[in-house]
Amino acid sequence: MSKQKLVVIGNGMVGQKFLAQFAEQEQSIAFDITTFCEEPRPAYDRVYLSAYFSGKTAEDLSLVPAGFFETHNINLRLNDKAVSIDRANKLVETANGEKVPYDKLVLATGSYPFVPPIPGKDRPECLVYRTIEDLEAIKATAAKSRVGVVVGGGLLGLEAAKALKDLGLETHVVEFAPRLMAVQVDEGGGKLLRSMIESMGVKVHTGKNTQRIEDGSSSKLKMCFADGSELETDLILFSAGIRPRDELAKQSGLTMGERGGITVNNFCQTSDPDIFAIGECALWNGRIFGLVAPGYQMAQVAVDTITGKLASEFKGADMSTKLKLMGVDVASIGDAHGTTLGAQSYSFVDEINKVYKKIVVSSDNKYLLGAVLVGEAENYGTLLQMMLNNIELPEFPDMLILPQRDGAAAPAMGVDKLPDAAQICSCNNVSKGQICCAVQDGITELSALKAATKAGTSCGGCTALVGQVMNAELAKLGIEVKKDVCEHFPYSRQEIYHLVRVNNIRSFDELIAKFGKGKGCDICKPMTASILASCWNDFILKTEHAGLQDTNDYFMANMQKDGTYSVVPRVPGGEITPDGLIAIGAVAKKFNLYTKITGGQRIDLFGAQVHELPLIWKELIDAGFESGHAYGKSLRTVKSCVGSTWCRYGMLDSVGMAIRLENRYKGLRAPHKIKFAVSGCTRECAEAQGKDVGVIATEKGWNLYVCGNGGMKPRHADLIASDLDDATLIQYIDRFLMFYIKTADRLQRTSVWLDNLEGGLKYLADVIINDSLGIGSELEQQMEHVVNTYQDEWRTTVESPDKLKRFRHFVNSDAKDSNVVFVEERGQIRPATQEEKRIQLVAV
Amino acid sequence: MNAIADLNWTPVCNVDDLLPNLGVCAKVADKQVAIFKIMENGSANLFAIDNHDPFSEANVLSRGIVGDLKGHTVVASPIYKHHFDLVTGQCLEDDVRIPVYPVRVQNGRVEVMVA
Repeated sequence: MSKQKLVVIGNGMVGQKFLAQFAEQEQSIAFDITTFCEEPRPAYDRVYLSAYFSGKTAEDLSLVPAGFFETHNINLRLNDKAVSIDRANKLVETANGEKVPYDKLVLATGSYPFVPPIPGKDRPECLVYRTIEDLEAIKATAAKSRVGVVVGGGLLGLEAAKALKDLGLETHVVEFAPRLMAVQVDEGGGKLLRSMIESMGVKVHTGKNTQRIEDGSSSKLKMCFADGSELETDLILFSAGIRPRDELAKQSGLTMGERGGITVNNFCQTSDPDIFAIGECALWNGRIFGLVAPGYQMAQVAVDTITGKLASEFKGADMSTKLKLMGVDVASIGDAHGTTLGAQSYSFVDEINKVYKKIVVSSDNKYLLGAVLVGEAENYGTLLQMMLNNIELPEFPDMLILPQRDGAAAPAMGVDKLPDAAQICSCNNVSKGQICCAVQDGITELSALKAATKAGTSCGGCTALVGQVMNAELAKLGIEVKKDVCEHFPYSRQEIYHLVRVNNIRSFDELIAKFGKGKGCDICKPMTASILASCWNDFILKTEHAGLQDTNDYFMANMQKDGTYSVVPRVPGGEITPDGLIAIGAVAKKFNLYTKITGGQRIDLFGAQVHELPLIWKELIDAGFESGHAYGKSLRTVKSCVGSTWCRYGMLDSVGMAIRLENRYKGLRAPHKIKFAVSGCTRECAEAQGKDVGVIATEKGWNLYVCGNGGMKPRHADLIASDLDDATLIQYIDRFLMFYIKTADRLQRTSVWLDNLEGGLKYLADVIINDSLGIGSELEQQMEHVVNTYQDEWRTTVESPDKLKRFRHFVNSDAKDSNVVFVEERGQIRPATQEEKRIQLVAV
Repeated sequence: MNAIADLNWTPVCNVDDLLPNLGVCAKVADKQVAIFKIMENGSANLFAIDNHDPFSEANVLSRGIVGDLKGHTVVASPIYKHHFDLVTGQCLEDDVRIPVYPVRVQNGRVEVMVA
């Protein structure tokens, strides 16, 4: 049986979603799939396009998993444009005249930016904002400009204004309507939004009708408005809405809307049942949906229809949105303007803290119809669900928007009121029912739930709600989520941390006597040692702490498989003098140690026996080294590239900053190991975005990334703050690390910690940057205490004769452990295998 | 009778050489013995087991963390974290048993009996 031919024109976000969902279907093997992409690269995330200016690369924005097209045998035709459709013979013709046959054809051609027909609009400094190529053109033009204007004060226009601002231009927004975001936001919200955006240095001009663009006098261009006023600029960015890309459909005779758009039915079929249209090129019920979520729903419907699941229909989509524009939360739900018959509203305006909230309710005051939130949009998820599911309002609906004082909790909606069909995550179309099923199948953690259902993994706006649904379902199943660290303590690590702090507990014996039972174990003892060190920073071999330490912490070296240890001296920032290198080499030679360069830019010395450790440390200390804490759940290294001192691309002195950071946080005990890196420019040679704390220099200061990870489960770090000076950078890192130490579980790296944190990155940023919990200065003081009480543990040990007694293999003999045997390989020692040991014993 | 029995006890160190809730390793003939001092309600109990960890084949058990698990007084191997009952030598995770040795304090000296 020959395969059916499926052709998809357009590999944007919606086209790619279609392919990904189609490929998951069993029936997909019965199709030969071809996709056209006129751009030079496959689908990428246009929603986060502005991130391209804050350091993300085209690869970072890609929506295509590595090997996707190859794995699914999809013929990807990059840089290739379909120019006509021959419907009679079912052929798509390409620009170079090739004819590609189809049985089913999907049009996912998207939209193009609308440029109003203003004389002068085609000047080279007039640009649009849609593709990565557009962004490159903006970047190049901006480099020669001082002033930039965005035409259009809608959602995309404000995004574009942020981009111009980030590029360092004096930025203006010109809007035809009397206010910003006229579609989503009412007059009150628009007014507040304007004042917030202006306070960030963007000039806003509303009610302006541009009539022509001419040569400027102080700048390259001059915009002339209908009211006679003028504005000079070097660059104009048009962001005045989108228009469907429907020319292919039009010339092939498909039914079109009067003002454009390819008409589709509930199955996303055009007037030709073998041709589908999805996303922003499709017109359903006279409407174009210019958001990605409805496009994704159409993609699913088209997949279902082609594979024969006829029950699936597109029935319109909710156009509620929540986004962050230049750091300002803006959300619009349902009937934001109160146009429903009899609609009434409640509003709350706080001009001091810049918050505007309005809810629109039904005439009987029972149901929510819409809402506008500016400045603070935390309860967007709750309000949206109330509106979508017709949940009855509380007795006093104003409570939903009034600030909560006196520690009173915000009125919860009660997630059990939501029907199973309620869509919790609109980005990935995950319903409450799907989340509950996953919990019934045994998931008890937010991170696992996100991985299994994809809920909360795109914009993250629903994470808190996803957590509530999970917890409610767990409670319903009678599953108590036990976070007890072990059988000796009925508490989580975070709770034990608080008990230690609040009750000023200084030893394990005191802690277990007051709050635990039994003798303790290899789980709770090292954890308590770490908490005591994070809080009070005593010497870890103090008699009452000694028995709590893992052998690595106890012997301040890393135990290897044969019971010997490896020793790693600290090399801050990876900078080392020739004398330092020679000294390490001399020690290694003297004690016959195997040497290897580590991934953290230092040198590991292997094969040391217990009795040799103090002797090795003594020599390293005399040469100016100290402990590298390679054995501790603590700061490991701060990796760096060579930075502006030597590198012709370097923006700032990354090595200097790395040394400063490493010396500040060395010895800090944490729930798990912590790795840093500092890169001197966005080329990112230090790989900072794979570290718990990553710092990247830009022309305007330091960008701070957090919660990255390499290793078993790689996680790309998240940008939490940009363009920082040295002092602010260190302040934020102080807060971040102490907050992590305070709240993480045992052996939980920052990456998993963040994935499990309710509210995610936004919440973390609020705590660290906006000090939303009011604990910023407390965290800084606690860090200052740890920094000020640092001691080199190796030195303290070498200088304490009673501690040194422990550093021998036998308590009653100076003999060595005869089971430790080395053989030579590539000019160095390595542990002998059991087989080699047997042969040697026989030979002796 | 007593004299014969005493011949089998080997003194290895002073009781003060043992720190609370920590182990040491003693060499007795060709054997390595891990000796632990475990504190309970203010009094000390001594335990002696073989120092050899059968899972890693390294002589490291004296360097493990001690405690209790499900009612057993145990040491956790510092390499792969198996737990061994200090009274019986039984591994809690696997069907393996390691040798245990009698241990006592005589006149301030710690003595073990290795058959």
